[in-house]
Amino acid sequence: MQLTVWTYEGPPHVGAMRVATAMKGVHYVLHAPQGDTYADLLFTMIERNKVRPPVTYTTFQARDLGKDTAELFKKSAREAYERFKPELVLVGASCTAELIQDDPAGIGQTIGIPVPVVPVEFSAYQHKENHGAAETFYRLVRACTGNGAPRGERKPGPKTCNLLGPTALGFRHRDDVTEIRRLLEQLGVGVNVVAPLGATPADLSRIPDADFNVVLYPEVAETAARWLQKTYGQPMVSIVPIGVGATKDFITQVAQLAGVDPGPVLSGVSSRLPWYSRSVDSTYLTGKRVFIFGDASHVVAAARIATEELGFTVVGLGTYSRELARDVRAAAQKYGVPALISDDHLEVEETIAKLHPELVLGTQMERHIAKRLGLPCAVISAPVHVQDFPARYSPQMGFEGANVIFDTWVHPLMMGLEEHLLAMFREDFEFADGAGPSHLGAHTPAKAVEAQVADVAPTPEPVRPAVAAAPPAPAPKSEGHAGATVTTWTAEAEKELKKIPFFVRGKAKRNTERFAQERNIALITLETLYDAKAHFRS
Amino acid sequence: MTACEIRTKVERPVLRERGQHEVFCGLTGIVWLHRKIQDAFFLVVGSRTCAHLIQSAAGVMIFAEPRFATAILQDKDLAGLTDANEELDRVVNRLLERRPDIKLLFLVGSCPSEVIKLDLSRAALRLSKQHTGKVRVLNYSGSGIETTFTQGEDACLASMVPELPKRETDATKLLVVGSLPDVVEDQFQRLFDQLGVPVRFFPPRRSTQLPAIGPDTKFLLAQPFLADTARVLEERGATRLAAPFPFGVEGTTAWLQAAARAFGVSDEKLSAVIDPASARAKVALSNAKTRLAGKRIFFFPDSQLEVPLARFLSRELDMQLVEVGTPFLHQAHLGAELAMLPADVTVSEGQDVERQLDRCRAARPDLVVCGLGLANPLETEGLTTKWSIELVFTPVHGFDQAGDLADLFARPLVRRTKLEV
Repeated sequence: MQLTVWTYEGPPHVGAMRVATAMKGVHYVLHAPQGDTYADLLFTMIERNKVRPPVTYTTFQARDLGKDTAELFKKSAREAYERFKPELVLVGASCTAELIQDDPAGIGQTIGIPVPVVPVEFSAYQHKENHGAAETFYRLVRACTGNGAPRGERKPGPKTCNLLGPTALGFRHRDDVTEIRRLLEQLGVGVNVVAPLGATPADLSRIPDADFNVVLYPEVAETAARWLQKTYGQPMVSIVPIGVGATKDFITQVAQLAGVDPGPVLSGVSSRLPWYSRSVDSTYLTGKRVFIFGDASHVVAAARIATEELGFTVVGLGTYSRELARDVRAAAQKYGVPALISDDHLEVEETIAKLHPELVLGTQMERHIAKRLGLPCAVISAPVHVQDFPARYSPQMGFEGANVIFDTWVHPLMMGLEEHLLAMFREDFEFADGAGPSHLGAHTPAKAVEAQVADVAPTPEPVRPAVAAAPPAPAPKSEGHAGATVTTWTAEAEKELKKIPFFVRGKAKRNTERFAQERNIALITLETLYDAKAHFRS
Repeated sequence: MTACEIRTKVERPVLRERGQHEVFCGLTGIVWLHRKIQDAFFLVVGSRTCAHLIQSAAGVMIFAEPRFATAILQDKDLAGLTDANEELDRVVNRLLERRPDIKLLFLVGSCPSEVIKLDLSRAALRLSKQHTGKVRVLNYSGSGIETTFTQGEDACLASMVPELPKRETDATKLLVVGSLPDVVEDQFQRLFDQLGVPVRFFPPRRSTQLPAIGPDTKFLLAQPFLADTARVLEERGATRLAAPFPFGVEGTTAWLQAAARAFGVSDEKLSAVIDPASARAKVALSNAKTRLAGKRIFFFPDSQLEVPLARFLSRELDMQLVEVGTPFLHQAHLGAELAMLPADVTVSEGQDVERQLDRCRAARPDLVVCGLGLANPLETEGLTTKWSIELVFTPVHGFDQAGDLADLFARPLVRRTKLEV
């Protein structure tokens, strides 16, 4: 048993739903108890889909268990076919139905539905959502290509590719597909099929017509793409085009497989990231310590952008996807940090607290961890949240994706010029020392907000001066993790600490206390303060 | 099995259906129960699906360290039940070490734990013994094969009833049963104080404050979904006071009146106590009434609150009821409510979601009350919807919430009229 408060991935049948919902003409009949329909709201509420996922749940109850739950499955499958008339029916079991062993896969073949019935079976007590999506997509591709039935020669002429991997409830999949299609168009490479997103079973049967496959999301499409490579000799592009460098590599590899000239596209890089990153205002980004966590492909891509394109220092990275842990370990080795392979968010939180990063790139869970620890954060990976389906065009891939990433990662940080000006004016009498930078609204110390509220509230609160010198932000909870030694500050050291710009003062205070605790220094003096400063600079 | 069957019980026909249920399972109750009983922890023994359901239903609440978790069953737990029990002990011990503030631990059964017949009642006994004096361990099932949404609370409260101390004298006189938001509980407490009726609420806010029951304990249900809890309370000698449920002015008045009469409070005194709040509530309802009167409403089954809410909307806000769907219709507890519904409304129990959607589309109601899985798709079809889950998570009982309750139904309609995009 695994004690879990929160999980990065849902069960495998939710992965199957992501594939079925992405496609057209597919209906999924799921042997499942009452309650499993909660998964519908992920699609209708998080992704705001306008139609229900194409899923029929058998809804068996305790009183059915002694009787014939297999009969219930047959009936649900037949009724679902009659009502929805899909081109293909997927059949499977959720975790509970797996235990009652009604064999939906076997039944599916015998119920006389006049369209292909494709069984998907998982081991729900072992596997998770991404595995479910990958396995479902693989099964569908096999089924729709007649299990690898031989094809004639490919037509001569311009080469084409398939875009594999985008699903429903995918992190920015909708916009990534648009961006990559545009890029391929510029290269003069035709797209044969995009799948599963928007594809019909008939489209899947045309996959072997393309010359090669582009695997946008290895978590979903790698299993199928490997089989296609083996069966139809279609090479695969597995560079995930997130970041300027990766996008250029992607273009080069695609151009090579398609036999086109990548030159014009490469020389006309349309991303602002390279210049913005070189502009002097970005100097302050140098060496910012980042921690990265998410699904494997987004983490590997983010680590490259962080180091090569923004000049950050990666202090730790990790993933919850065990299937692709090898890629993340390789990346970790490259950046000389340990890889955290874990789906326990409490372990991730401990790691972040220990590493003291200046920026966290993670999932929605890391966003909340960062908020608790008072750290800036940007979201780079699934599991998805309603915010990951923005109204505007917001890809992660390609050159526009690099622009989006530059903004998303840099905005939570203090802007360079702003940082400089704040330092210059910090002793100015009109400057509220405790107010905090405007762009970190969420981190404005409670006292300052209270003061503002009190100013407008009609309560007989004593009138406060407009420029209230609110105390500095309360120290984040992370201090609780430090050693047990109680450190105190001499008055002189404390006064010196106040001369440090307030927006880095919290960090300076924490670092100094950590430095003192690690050396069993009970009283922090001026000397300790500057010793610590030197230590952390080195 | 799915065939619709019209059955007459009492005088009203009920459409009973069996098919795909688009409802939560009983595990969902943990989301509000853990807030209510502040020193209790809920440990679901289940699958990744259970954990995923709860985090999807709980939304952002999950990001605080909540007092619930899932012990996810893995392949090796399914291989042998001995091992599963050892694993459970290990997980519980780890949890209790981490949370020494927990005084009451619920082991919550799920679909998979029920199917593999993992005996959580024996586990609860064993663990209670191990942690005697520190933590009480109880168990109930919130599985989807046995419970629908709010029935999880029923199962939870029923599991606590045997723990209530028994007392011949100075036992609780009036027990209000069903979890209410603290703000509502405080309002009712003040009203009962003014009536001079000694009252306790169940569940209590802390597990160490369990009310005692005795032969003269009478109880009022605050929620319509507590069939099992009421049964076990009656088995312990307590008496249920039949009443409508405290939604709207009429329901709240009748509910308080049932208690007042049982405790010999005169109608004059009752009026004196409740008139100010009741008058206030009527004012609060008047605005929503102009929006809602004459509008046609259709309820999909969700929380079992449907029948009392439909009664409120029909009698106090002049809405027209098209269909009132409920997952389970407790004829005895809802007797007073059903009698107040208009004769021409369809009351349905259980669900075949596809057929019900067909009926809903055909009826084109002005407002559809449904779960989150259906709401946006129905909005796309041009219907106006109200999420039913909000009716469970928002304070809606009593006089001072009557206006808020009406407003929950009015808001989607108001929004429709405002938007011009």
